[in-house]
Amino acid sequence: MIFEIDVEFCNLKNMSNILEVKNVVKQYGDYTALNEVSLTVPKGSIYGLLGPNGAGKTSLIRIINQITMPDSGEIILDGEKLNPSHVSTIGYMPEERGLYKTMKVGEQCLYLAQLKGLSKAEAKRELEYWFDRLEIQGWWNKKMQELSKGMAQKVQFVVTVLHKPKLLILDEPFSGFDPVNANLIKDEIIELNRKGTSVIFSTHRMESVEEMCDHIALIHKSNKLIEGKLSDVKKQFRTNDYEVGILTENIEGLMYDLSQKFTLSQTDFKSLHDELKLQINIGTSTPNELLNLLIQRGQVTHFMEKIPSVNDIFIQTVSDK
Amino acid sequence: MSKLSLIIKREFVAKVRNKSFIVMTFLSPLLFVGIAVFVGYLSTMKADLKTIAVHDQSGKFFSEFKSDEEYKYVDFSSINLQVLKDSIVSEAYEGLLVIPKEDDSVSFQKGIQYISNDSPSVMFISDIEEVINHKLTQENFQKAGLDTLAIKKAKSDVSIHLTKATGEEALKGLNEIKIGIGGAFGYLIMMFIVIYGNMVMRSVIEEKVSRIIEVIISSVKPFQLMMGKIIGTSLAGILQFLIWAFLGLFAMFVLSTFFNVQMGATSGMEDQAMQMAKQEMGGTMQLYIAELWNLPIATILISFIFYFIGGYFLYSSFYASIGAAVDNETDSQQFLLPIIMPLILGVYIGFFTVINDPHGTVATVFSMIPLTSPIVMMMRIPFGVPLWQIAVSLIILFATFFLVVWFAAKIYRVGILMYGKKPTWKELYKWLKY
Repeated sequence: MIFEIDVEFCNLKNMSNILEVKNVVKQYGDYTALNEVSLTVPKGSIYGLLGPNGAGKTSLIRIINQITMPDSGEIILDGEKLNPSHVSTIGYMPEERGLYKTMKVGEQCLYLAQLKGLSKAEAKRELEYWFDRLEIQGWWNKKMQELSKGMAQKVQFVVTVLHKPKLLILDEPFSGFDPVNANLIKDEIIELNRKGTSVIFSTHRMESVEEMCDHIALIHKSNKLIEGKLSDVKKQFRTNDYEVGILTENIEGLMYDLSQKFTLSQTDFKSLHDELKLQINIGTSTPNELLNLLIQRGQVTHFMEKIPSVNDIFIQTVSDK
Repeated sequence: MSKLSLIIKREFVAKVRNKSFIVMTFLSPLLFVGIAVFVGYLSTMKADLKTIAVHDQSGKFFSEFKSDEEYKYVDFSSINLQVLKDSIVSEAYEGLLVIPKEDDSVSFQKGIQYISNDSPSVMFISDIEEVINHKLTQENFQKAGLDTLAIKKAKSDVSIHLTKATGEEALKGLNEIKIGIGGAFGYLIMMFIVIYGNMVMRSVIEEKVSRIIEVIISSVKPFQLMMGKIIGTSLAGILQFLIWAFLGLFAMFVLSTFFNVQMGATSGMEDQAMQMAKQEMGGTMQLYIAELWNLPIATILISFIFYFIGGYFLYSSFYASIGAAVDNETDSQQFLLPIIMPLILGVYIGFFTVINDPHGTVATVFSMIPLTSPIVMMMRIPFGVPLWQIAVSLIILFATFFLVVWFAAKIYRVGILMYGKKPTWKELYKWLKY
């Protein structure tokens, strides 16, 4: 149905998206890694690409990075059909990452930046900025093999962002970082995003998705199952469950009345009182109907909609299929 | 700077800076010279003196055996034969030569024995036989009343004079020199392929193992990376060969200067005979040198460059795709054997077939097959190969090269992103279709 919208609107839409993946198919022999997958990544977003291992995330990312070619389908990057010149507009940190062990840190970064199309002088300037910022100035002449794993990860991050990419693609970016450095890198990513860099996260660590992403897509068994703004997706997955805390004299009476209209279950949450704690599914009723009923019967101490976490959505979707 | 040249530069610098490269470059000529000197020294070492007991019942032959540095003959004709035999068993002497009384020639010839613990060398036995035969022949001449001097004069000693159809004077042993020159170039190509092809393979594996490969191919095409690697490594190799050539020339220069000084010092003592001999030697040497200049030197050098490039690139694309297919060097063995085989085959054909029949069917066919042509054709060229054959062979070589690079690049592209699988030939075939 999107295809029937008039062309002008389409172009307009294109310009506000950093990346559009259209009906991409990729097969390895008999195995289908991606089946008609379409995605839209808005400019300036932090986009979480979720999916269990082997779902096809890495295949898709490799296609976006022009490491492999799709069998069919189309990729639009920043309004243009994907072409070799886009290499310099993407910063990619693969899951399987590493650097030349026997090469010096500085030389290595210069080399990789030049491969991304920077001139040597530009690369040097950027490198000095980043080394300063991450406080790793002293590493320039060290060989990679002298660095610890966490240190190497920092260098890897610098290599990824050195050429000021418009689109940053990070595959499991926090694996291998200790909490301090993970936080440092997270802040750098958010800072880059604030300055206008769009970010695609591929991960199965849901807490970082919850924390950072504003858009998500879920790929499972080569198919895209969910995509959209995080808040929209959550709305879509709301269960109309409410957590309620109430101080009342007549517990049995209240429970009876509630159960006439709603589905009840026991629940627990932290609170200051020794109140009755219930999880109530309101079905098609409005929250106010429930609240009215409750207010008449006692002191309401807690009333909150249970919002599904990304983790819940992930597990529910994956196990449904 | 283009991406390809960046990659070439990095590969070159990485190779040249490598400690093992530096050590190899400067140590291996020393090692080579060292081994040569050692072998030379071993061959000049005198063998142990062997004492041969001679029991000559006829009494005619002992005087004919001349003791030298290796063999000393002792006359034990008067001692009992059994005692002598026992002393041989107890290893007092190397061997015992028994020559019976000369009654009639048939039983005499049967009666000659050599008794020893260790089996004697063929040379030694034929020497003894010759001495005895010579003596007997002389005697037979005398018995028949022949003039030995006249016979000596009458004997001819033909040495065939070689001339080419073009009328130029030809020299003996020239074929050996030609195969030597061709072989040197062919062997050089083979060594270069094996050493630097392996280096290409290792460098591909290194990128896989260190997991940098995906970072790099998100910036450059796998094909660029592969070609950059092959070219960069070959440049490092050429540098190494140039250093070796330079060191060799330098060593020759030093040696010859040193040698000349010595010659100058002893020149006063040189007698005329020696000078004569030198002049004569110089005469044949000049002929040989003239003959060498007559070799198609330009053709040899130009085709060397082409076969070198074609052969090396062809094989190193094999090496690169093998490196991409495996996770570590041990897994590469099963794929390497089919690569080494044609190289060795080429060298064997060169040294066994080309020298006997440089333009025969076998030599011609193998100088056309691209996997062996760089070696076999290089060996054939000093014997004079029609230009059209060289051209055809080169066209086949380069056509194959482009085909192989295309296939290798496909395997490479898929292989570098494959981890943890030990690939089979079947799997590689499947990758071609991805």
